[in-house]
Amino acid sequence: MIPAGFDYHAPTTLSEAVALLSRYGDGAKVLSGGQSLLPLLKLRLGHAEHVVDIGRIPGLEYIKEDGGMLRIGGRTRESALERSELIRDRYPILYDTVRVIADPLVRNLATVGGNLAHGDPGNDHPATMLALDAQVVAVGPAGERVIPIGDFFVGLFTTALQPDEILTEIRIPTPPSRSGGAYAKLERKVGDYATAAAAAQVTLGANGTFDRVGLALTNAGPTPVRSAEAEDALVGKRPSDTAIADAARRVAEASSPTPDRRGSVEYKREMARVLAIRALKKAVERAGGQ
Amino acid sequence: MATHKILLTVNGSAREAQVESRLLLVHLLRESFRLTGTHIGCDTTHCGACTVLLDGQPVKSCTVLAVQAHGRDVETVEGLEHEGKLHPIQEGFWEKHGLQCGYCTPGMMMSGCALLARTKEPTDDDIREAISGNLCRCTGYVNIIQAIQYAAAKMRER
Repeated sequence: MIPAGFDYHAPTTLSEAVALLSRYGDGAKVLSGGQSLLPLLKLRLGHAEHVVDIGRIPGLEYIKEDGGMLRIGGRTRESALERSELIRDRYPILYDTVRVIADPLVRNLATVGGNLAHGDPGNDHPATMLALDAQVVAVGPAGERVIPIGDFFVGLFTTALQPDEILTEIRIPTPPSRSGGAYAKLERKVGDYATAAAAAQVTLGANGTFDRVGLALTNAGPTPVRSAEAEDALVGKRPSDTAIADAARRVAEASSPTPDRRGSVEYKREMARVLAIRALKKAVERAGGQ
Repeated sequence: MATHKILLTVNGSAREAQVESRLLLVHLLRESFRLTGTHIGCDTTHCGACTVLLDGQPVKSCTVLAVQAHGRDVETVEGLEHEGKLHPIQEGFWEKHGLQCGYCTPGMMMSGCALLARTKEPTDDDIREAISGNLCRCTGYVNIIQAIQYAAAKMRER
């Protein structure tokens, strides 16, 4: 399969890239790792007159803690996240997530920013970033703006990014002590999109009750699903089996999966519930709770 | 649509080509450079038959534009054999019957090579993980894992 013709641009600065996007508007697509864009162009499910490759702009690949935030450069490869000791030690939810994204060959090119900017509810980082209360940094003609992750996913394959904006950084508040997170995914085979998956990030208080809970689902609706109701139901409670089961039921009820070859609506919702329980329990365990 | 002049290294040799923007790396290798050892299987980023090393990292060359390889280093299965002598990984696939139809083999070997460049003593699970983006429909993978272990042992002897 060969994509329809397009013009290719390889800017070497961010401002040059933004200028190209401004000039070509909706006709332009950003190429980051290309592992979603190129299949779309090849299958001709998507079309671009101009492809703006940000792969030659320096300074977009990094993973660092700074100013109370974990900062991940927008073009950071998934494989770099996977091999980062900082991520493995301090952000196990991200490590869980990256290990089940596509396959190792795809992860060598695929980028964290691309996984979010593509706006595919089947992608794995969106739910994780929702659970972590991340922020997305976008650079456009007017400069930089910070978008809370809760406002980022607008619809199916649609995000808050404007056509002339580039996702340059993901910021994640450094979790306080007694925090833990986990991502649990059901997939038919390596590389498949989730039949269902759940991301949980929790912080426990001194008395062992939940101080903060982030709970979100992958591939359970047109956008990643986060349920404030499920999260609020846990805050202030002890991490008992009953409380966790109740929150998992609530987040699963908030989902609206589509039936396909991976399963019926009922099956997917039930799997989302089970995976939410697993993710929450693992998160509590990692936070040092019971 | 404008074409682009690209310069890259393929199996240690400097190459140049004039390419359309939309040309995929796998087509550049197979059709322009006649390096047909890199296969096209699914063409949808699943099967890994087209795996090559790009700056040492295994990637699916059906999901990379040729123009993205400008200035970079590409290694294909043709680069494994050296002065008429098989690379240990090729020897391993031979000795351990790591292939039947052979279609996935070039990709399997490139993923295996990248793993062995990183890990001298891989566990079977390390190998399973490293080739989890490469599909084989004949062998059931058992002999492929043995072939890569054979190469690992051989390379440790050196």
